[in-house]
Amino acid sequence: MEITLTLNGKKITASVDADTLLLHFLRAHGCPSVKCGCESTVCGLCTVLLNGKPVLSCAVLAARADGQSVTTLEGLQEEASDFIGFIADQGAEQCGFCNPGYVMNTIALLRENPDPTDEEICAYLAGNLCRCSGYEGQLRGIRAYLNAKKAGELHG
Amino acid sequence: MLQIERYIRAETPAQAYELCRKKSNVILGGMLWLKQQNRRVSTAVDLCGLGLDKIEETEDSIRIGAMVSLRDMETHPALNALCGSAIADSLCRIVGVQFRNLATVGGSVFGRFGFSDVLTVLMALDAQVVLYNGGTIPLTQFAAMKPERDVLLYILIPKTPVQAVYLSQRITATDFPVLNLAISRREGELRCVIGARPLRAVSFGDDKQLLGEHITEESARAYAEDIASRIILAGNRRAGEAYRRDLCRVLVRRGLLALEDK
Repeated sequence: MEITLTLNGKKITASVDADTLLLHFLRAHGCPSVKCGCESTVCGLCTVLLNGKPVLSCAVLAARADGQSVTTLEGLQEEASDFIGFIADQGAEQCGFCNPGYVMNTIALLRENPDPTDEEICAYLAGNLCRCSGYEGQLRGIRAYLNAKKAGELHG
Repeated sequence: MLQIERYIRAETPAQAYELCRKKSNVILGGMLWLKQQNRRVSTAVDLCGLGLDKIEETEDSIRIGAMVSLRDMETHPALNALCGSAIADSLCRIVGVQFRNLATVGGSVFGRFGFSDVLTVLMALDAQVVLYNGGTIPLTQFAAMKPERDVLLYILIPKTPVQAVYLSQRITATDFPVLNLAISRREGELRCVIGARPLRAVSFGDDKQLLGEHITEESARAYAEDIASRIILAGNRRAGEAYRRDLCRVLVRRGLLALEDK
């Protein structure tokens, strides 16, 4: 079947099988940041924005995304660059495998709630698993970014 | 591995119903549970084009479309104002935001899963389900029915004021519940629903009138003892039956006292 969707701002049309997952579709269309982690919809690694909302692309049929807008990290480099340095400064990346999913969900969090508390950050990012860091580094990084933003220390 | 031969976006509920009557076809909800299954599906029927993704207020109820996501329910102001955030409390620990943006209330309710948080809280809120063929029936009745091939269109929650509390015990924060509990009081009538037994949720009233008008520590303890002594529980990999019975006693007592505080 043929689907048309907007991927990172560009309209694309492609032929897919009925059971093609959005995850595999995106990787085949130039979005390697979207990774397959757990295959059981719990790790958050394959997070993309579907019509602006974070979803697990491993549980979405490509056919279901027909007519919708999909955004991956490839399309959000500028927005991500605001805070990824703060996360790296805290050593939160370590192996880095979970990072694209974390960054995507952090973008979704900050769009929805620009000034979250630590509790709200933890709750929003609870669906992103990290085997290396114990989550404290990511929290410190986001907190440091938010503090710098409030203090007017960010440069455009 | 899930294999799907054909995908159809239903244009009417009637078309979805006709398609779902064939055993090898399936109605898609959020696809999160379906995806874990090893099965071959002839036709996956998607309801996403039927406008069932809205939460609307009617004169006497809040009507939730079957394709509304759990996240939309969790963050809906009117829905949570009605029940003092019991719905949000029941949903906020289900995996993560990305998962809850996909999981639909229709999929959660129609599956009548034993581990469901959604079923427990909606039963306590006296919800009804609207089925294409089966009409409108109380969720407590639907929860006890055998699975049948029908299309769930809406969930209705009465708008009459209700106090409600949701509690659960989990091994880790975003895991399935070991046991969950929702208690509500509407127009003086108490409903105590216990789920993740790990059997489907079951509802109790206060037929023995153990609680009276005001719940006290003593009456809460007596009611909790009574429920824990007669509820049917079982064991699974998460917890044994005896542990669940102890949990039941504690959750019911705590839930009643929290309800009284409201």
